Amino acid sequence: MTAVSDPQSVSALAAEATDNRVNLDFETEGMTLNMGPQHPATHGTLRIIAKLDGEQVISAEPVCGYMHRGYEKLTEVRTYPQINALINRIDWLGSFANEVPFILAAEKLMGVEAPPRAQWIRTILFEMSRIANISLFLGDFGLQLGGMTAGFYAFRDREWVLNQIESATGGRFHPNFDRIGGLKDDLPKGWIESSHLAMARLLAFCDEMEDLLIGNEIFQARTRGIGVIPAEVGLSYGLSGANLRASGVDWDLRRDSCPPGLVYDKADWKVWTHPDGDCFARTWVRLQETREAAKIVTQLLDTIPSGPVMAKVPRIIKVPEGEAYVATENPLGEMGYYVVSKGDLVPFRVKIRSASFNNISIVPWVARGAYVPDLISILGSLYFILGDIDR
Amino acid sequence: MTLLLAASFDPPYWLSTLIKVLVISAVVPTTALILGMVFLFKIMSWMQSRLGPQEAGPRGTLQLLADGVKFLQKEDIAPDGADLRVFRIAPLVVLMSTLLLYVALPASMHLVVANLDVGVFYVLAVSSLSVIGVLMAGYGSASKYSLMGALRAAGQLIAYELPMVLAVIGVVIQAGTLSLNGIVVQQADGAIFGWTGIGFPYILTQFVGFFIFIAAVQAELTQPPFDMPVAESEIVSGYQVEYTGFRFLLFFLAEFATAFVFAGIAAVLFLGGWAVPWLETSSDWYYVLGPAVLFAKVMLVSFLIFWVRFTYPRFREDQLQSFAWKFLIPLALVNIVITGILKVVL
Repeated sequence: MTAVSDPQSVSALAAEATDNRVNLDFETEGMTLNMGPQHPATHGTLRIIAKLDGEQVISAEPVCGYMHRGYEKLTEVRTYPQINALINRIDWLGSFANEVPFILAAEKLMGVEAPPRAQWIRTILFEMSRIANISLFLGDFGLQLGGMTAGFYAFRDREWVLNQIESATGGRFHPNFDRIGGLKDDLPKGWIESSHLAMARLLAFCDEMEDLLIGNEIFQARTRGIGVIPAEVGLSYGLSGANLRASGVDWDLRRDSCPPGLVYDKADWKVWTHPDGDCFARTWVRLQETREAAKIVTQLLDTIPSGPVMAKVPRIIKVPEGEAYVATENPLGEMGYYVVSKGDLVPFRVKIRSASFNNISIVPWVARGAYVPDLISILGSLYFILGDIDR
Repeated sequence: MTLLLAASFDPPYWLSTLIKVLVISAVVPTTALILGMVFLFKIMSWMQSRLGPQEAGPRGTLQLLADGVKFLQKEDIAPDGADLRVFRIAPLVVLMSTLLLYVALPASMHLVVANLDVGVFYVLAVSSLSVIGVLMAGYGSASKYSLMGALRAAGQLIAYELPMVLAVIGVVIQAGTLSLNGIVVQQADGAIFGWTGIGFPYILTQFVGFFIFIAAVQAELTQPPFDMPVAESEIVSGYQVEYTGFRFLLFFLAEFATAFVFAGIAAVLFLGGWAVPWLETSSDWYYVLGPAVLFAKVMLVSFLIFWVRFTYPRFREDQLQSFAWKFLIPLALVNIVITGILKVVL
């Protein structure tokens, strides 16, 4: 991970780059366009106040908070297993991935480690929720750029993963399956074979998406060179996940600082980066990540060890006094929970670091000088989930 | 016998005008319904691996009718700041442009409302009238999204109207006539290197023109990849955003009826129109065969148009401009030059 050498020079670079994109000499009286909170391109209730000069965006300011549900406060009055059901709803497209870092933080405080079989299944389900999340991104981004069919294909093939998650956990969207010290249940019979089939389908879906959308000339014309984020700027805004890897920063928490309890080192996979940093790069990196996730799942399914899925933990969970921060590479980027415990049934304080909030903070910088259709490309490719922004 | 009677039926002027008005006002919604039903609902569903409407009517075939009835029941809402007169007339202007297009479309030698000697010229002229209605809708709605959509539509008009005209000129040069019926007769009487089996459909020589014409039609209909004026993910359906109920239905009817009539014009110009190869163009059988043949060809061209619509993402407005001015127009000009030279030489 390269550090930002000089914040002053970065902001000067950023200001110069944005000014170059706006033709200030011919600026006429602008128009303020209020996009959202019910705009179709905002995935929910994000509002963007865009000042326009013709079709060119002079400034775009995202306004979030329409969906604030107060999770950090709610966690203070709930026991640890109850919180697990709650935080499923943060990134609702890849729900299982929300549970894992919180459970890992609690395990770290308690000094418990899940049995190997549970760690394997955890990693498999984690990657499956990544696929469920990103495959919808691929379709939805196509939908936002006007390619209707891609969206339906994504919904169709995402079913394969959701069915697997459902048959293992009982919940399609909100599994609530992870427990401190392991998992709620073992896998059902025949699940491994059907998961192999689902992953094969998903790889075929990735090829189809590459043909239909990513390789399309119009798609490339709409995304290449649009919304370029240099690596330094992305780092200074705290971007993470595929958005940062698309700017050429080779940084993945799964490989670089994988917390104990996940077994990414047991599979052979690759972190993809792209040098361009534009909307196309972000889409391309996500497509490759979906493939890698399918690869990880396939490999782990073959090496899954036998044994119990639950370690010995007390029936009533009291977490000893202490503080722990655990972050994992979630579908949207770095997601971490800072858990402060006073040795009680409920945590004293939980700070949630979700990726989308940081990922949209760069919108004012990157949207300046873009056209209105480019703003849609930028918002779509930065890929945020409203529940992940507002919590 | 009945055919002969139909052929010799010569009503007075007022009666024939009345019949024509009634026929057009029945045909326009019917064609829009057929295209909407077949392509927007069914073919699109199958392309996107879903079933489409299933409940209304046998296999959901009456869904669009049910939707139409639903639209009629909706309240007619106008925004507060709207210029009411302009806002209310706008859908009618758009629909009027469509109705005017149907006037010149020949379904056989005599099954045409007005057999104009300058049919091609007339069609290209009235087709651009719809943009006036779009601009009125955008201005009258008093909404920023509507305004942007209308301005995009106006910008688009200038970009695609010229390639469309230039693409048709190749056909006109080859046929030597501006009459749509004349072009059909020319194609039916033509021969491919002396073989008169299927006449001479102009798509064989004017395939470049056909491509440009279909691309321009796509832009005229504001369909993907050129649907920037109604882009629902950017400007939330553009100029249509403030319309409800019946007035929205008028926009919908106009869009699909225009798709039908443009597919018909493409069929007439490039695919031989209503003519059947082995039948003389003066035959009375065309009272029955003409509409059927034309309808089949229209469905073929429509399939092409809608296939592209369901597959491609949309361009940006400035990308359409450069596509039109830097690619389509030079291509069309080259096509005209080559057609002209070959016409003189051969």
